[in-house]
Amino acid sequence: MGKKKEVDDRFKKFGTVSFTSITKTNDFIDFLEGGKVMGTRCKDCGLVFFPPRADCYQCLASNVEWFEVSGKGKLLTYSELKFAPVGFQDDVPYCIALLDYGKYKIFGRIAKDVPENEIEVGMEMKTVVNKTSNEQLNYVFQKV
Amino acid sequence: MGKVAIIGVGQSSFVRSYPGSIRELAFDGFKESMQDAQITTENIDASIICSAPEYDKQRSPAGVFAEYLGLNPHPTFYVESLCSSSSMGLRLAYSLIKSGLHDVIAVIGFQKMSEISSSESQERMGRGADIQWESPFGTMMPAYYAMYARAHMEKYGTTLDDLALIRVKAATYGQLNEKAVYRKPVTFEMFTDPESRLAGPVASPLRVGDCCANADGSSCVIVASEEKAKDLCKKPVWILGLGAATTSVNLPGRDLFTGLTAAQQAADQAYKMAGISPKDIDVAEVHDCFTIAEMMAYENLGFAKPGEGKDLIKSKETYKEGSIPVNVDGGLLSKGHPIGATGGSQIRTIVLQLRDEAGDIQVKNPEIGLVHNIGGVGLYGNVSILGR
Ligand SMILES: [Zn+2]
Repeated sequence: MGKKKEVDDRFKKFGTVSFTSITKTNDFIDFLEGGKVMGTRCKDCGLVFFPPRADCYQCLASNVEWFEVSGKGKLLTYSELKFAPVGFQDDVPYCIALLDYGKYKIFGRIAKDVPENEIEVGMEMKTVVNKTSNEQLNYVFQKV
Repeated sequence: MGKVAIIGVGQSSFVRSYPGSIRELAFDGFKESMQDAQITTENIDASIICSAPEYDKQRSPAGVFAEYLGLNPHPTFYVESLCSSSSMGLRLAYSLIKSGLHDVIAVIGFQKMSEISSSESQERMGRGADIQWESPFGTMMPAYYAMYARAHMEKYGTTLDDLALIRVKAATYGQLNEKAVYRKPVTFEMFTDPESRLAGPVASPLRVGDCCANADGSSCVIVASEEKAKDLCKKPVWILGLGAATTSVNLPGRDLFTGLTAAQQAADQAYKMAGISPKDIDVAEVHDCFTIAEMMAYENLGFAKPGEGKDLIKSKETYKEGSIPVNVDGGLLSKGHPIGATGGSQIRTIVLQLRDEAGDIQVKNPEIGLVHNIGGVGLYGNVSILGR
């Protein structure tokens, strides 16, 4: 019989618990492994996507390129969870947050070493790659 | 084409753990609506079954319910928009009747959340958002709404005390609602008492008392054509306006974090269709899954200007005797929130109000009522305007 078919399921590495394993944006994981957080941009119309997308709804095309998230974003809002959904209980407490980079926004976690009393809406933060306690990959927001 | 009416409403008791299967749960709400409408299954020519998936094991519950409720061989189908599923069901029933395809439709909402644990349920609800890019961070509904609460507090100076007042109002009426899960009194002081469970943190800044509870429950709304309504029903309640809208499933795709755009847009559509404005609403049911959700609803529905929702609750204008009574049945905060059944329960309350049959919670002589029902974190917005 033939060889086992190769399945590109890199995305199962994303986050404490990933709910998606196969996506056309699987390269996102390789970029994380290389220390980069990347979004996509439509080469036809210039629309910028974060979270990254493989397809542009405006052009109905799939002609996107990767760009690196760099610089600082402004903290729009956040919440510290004292109770977690199943699969995340070991992480509690943790903060989910939204950063505004102007042309796009990023949803993620605030780094564990930033105490809640130092977090302020409007503060500038940067997005950096992070390894979770269960050896998965994600990204977190750090103070600048 | 004629008008479309609601000729019967019913709901089960909303409970922590229903001692029966989902078809038996659905029977409870259906039975009450049929007795309310004083009709038999002979009169019903289609059914729409509404819930959010993955709480129980049944795939395609519509077929199961149609058999159990005696609705074969008429068509039935399933509709889902998370917590606004049964308002979406009402919208579909309206269009099926308007089209002339059907005359009398049962819109049945249900949810049996107790089949899974509370943290599993948080995970399910969290997966009603973006599972590819957000759920892997460990999201849940209270935390998402908490992010809206934080933004609202930052921009408008809304306080946790203002939010506590909404829960106090809910409990005022929840105590009177024999079908509510939570019927204990709630005082403002309980939110500052570290011994009180309600003051405990969930997702900052929201506390236990800011959140509604999971529940098992069912609801049923019988929708009919004008001709059938006049034939079958003494006090039909008419559907005057319907609105529905959506927004980006993930937060980065949104621009507003102090309100829900899908609610604003659904409200605009419903007001326009009904040819009325917010000041014409005499009684409202809004989707208070969290205290902040009711605060935003005041503003998104035009009962208050953006940022001024807190003044409405501080001045008690949303109490039964106020200028715009809201959630005088205790709301989701008291009744509990069996996802797919919630919209139907809200509709039931407004229908009973408009028929002057709401008992202890009856608002004085209401002519027009509104139902605001939200799915997910503002992902789906449904607004329905009803009149007598
Ligand atoms: Zn494009």
